[in-house]
Amino acid sequence: MITEFGWAHLVTLLLAARWTLAVSALAFVFGGAAGFLVALGRTSRSAPVRWFTTAYIQLIQGTPVLIVLFLSYYGLSVLGLKLSPLVAASLAMTIYASAYLGEIWRGCIQAVHRNQWEASSSLAMTRWQQLRHVILPQATRLAVPPTVGFSVQIVKNTSITSIIGLVELTRAGQLINNAVFQPFQVFVLVAAVYFILCFPLSVSAKRLERKLHAHH
Amino acid sequence: MAYAMDFSPLIQQLDRIAGGALLTLELSFTAIAIGTLIGTAGAIAATYGRPWVQRAVAVYVESIRNTPFLVQLFLIFFGLPSVGLQIDALSAALLAMSVNLGAYATEIIRSGVQAIHRTQLEAASALAMTRWQTIRHVVLVPAFEKVYPALASQFTLMMLTSSVVSTISVEELTSVASQIDSLTFRTFETYILVMAIYVGLALLLRAVFFGIGLAVFKRRRRIEFFAGAAR
Repeated sequence: MITEFGWAHLVTLLLAARWTLAVSALAFVFGGAAGFLVALGRTSRSAPVRWFTTAYIQLIQGTPVLIVLFLSYYGLSVLGLKLSPLVAASLAMTIYASAYLGEIWRGCIQAVHRNQWEASSSLAMTRWQQLRHVILPQATRLAVPPTVGFSVQIVKNTSITSIIGLVELTRAGQLINNAVFQPFQVFVLVAAVYFILCFPLSVSAKRLERKLHAHH
Repeated sequence: MAYAMDFSPLIQQLDRIAGGALLTLELSFTAIAIGTLIGTAGAIAATYGRPWVQRAVAVYVESIRNTPFLVQLFLIFFGLPSVGLQIDALSAALLAMSVNLGAYATEIIRSGVQAIHRTQLEAASALAMTRWQTIRHVVLVPAFEKVYPALASQFTLMMLTSSVVSTISVEELTSVASQIDSLTFRTFETYILVMAIYVGLALLLRAVFFGIGLAVFKRRRRIEFFAGAAR
């Protein structure tokens, strides 16, 4: 049935945007936790741990998120693990985020000067104490701008979860378009909602970066 | 979980998979060429253009960088025909990829162009170089050299993002994978194989751009082969 594009559709879009935010938040929290472990693994003293995490990052950063999504939704269900679109989407986005955040944070850990490791080691700190009290607090400061910047990529990439049928912002746009058939108006509006979500993050990432460099 | 892996049904499909991978590469390299041109023009306009030109470039860059590629693709493929511009799926995919990459390339190249010190321009002017000679030899070459690693990882990212054009039934690698999946019901094996091919393509692109970097930038500043794709 063809209806006119109206306020009800806008409300539908905004309600669907909650799922975009939910998947983004889940990906950020779980991907962040996993990414933290990946970053620690990449800077580990154990060579096998470094190789393993390096291989993981190369694998995920060499694969389209869409393929990771298909594997976690269609692939796992063939293996007998049927996930709902929401869980499969969150899993795929978590894996994606963990590889990129892991690599970003590795850079931040390694950007902390060697002297800091040496000084804390001379204070008889264990490796974990060195990380916890000396290295990570400094690395965190460096990590904030690129992490905020990457959150934009997470929000945007959740759009592909529409392909497995999760009714988030993009999928809601498609469904509305099927009813009203005004693709230009509908997708401009969908893009505008993404822009409203992402632009403040982009701007603050840039500001934070400038502030960080101003200190040095 | 009693699932027996079986890759053998995929062997008959290798031709189609190779065809898909080839289209992925063709789309990517074409978009990279067009995107780099857009990026170069955009970076120069954003740095030396009149204020309204600079603002227009900023609007382009920010609107692309803050919206998903999938929505840009839908806007072009479904939106343009509705306002009277007919476009087929392949052209829509190529247009979306070029416009998307163009925005990122503008931002990357612009950072290189703005890193060129004023005194370089003054020196060029003292040597009586014309405006375009200055832009070409004094600004663009060193700027590209500086941002080349970031640009190359953005190119790889574009190749991976091209998987999204499978949604408008362009028969590239991901689209071929879905077809083979529904043909053979070897879902897991199909996507694992395609994942491996993408990783191979990503390595291939990295090797190609590493080689181009060595050949083009004679001063051979160290270009890290494993410069992370993370942005």
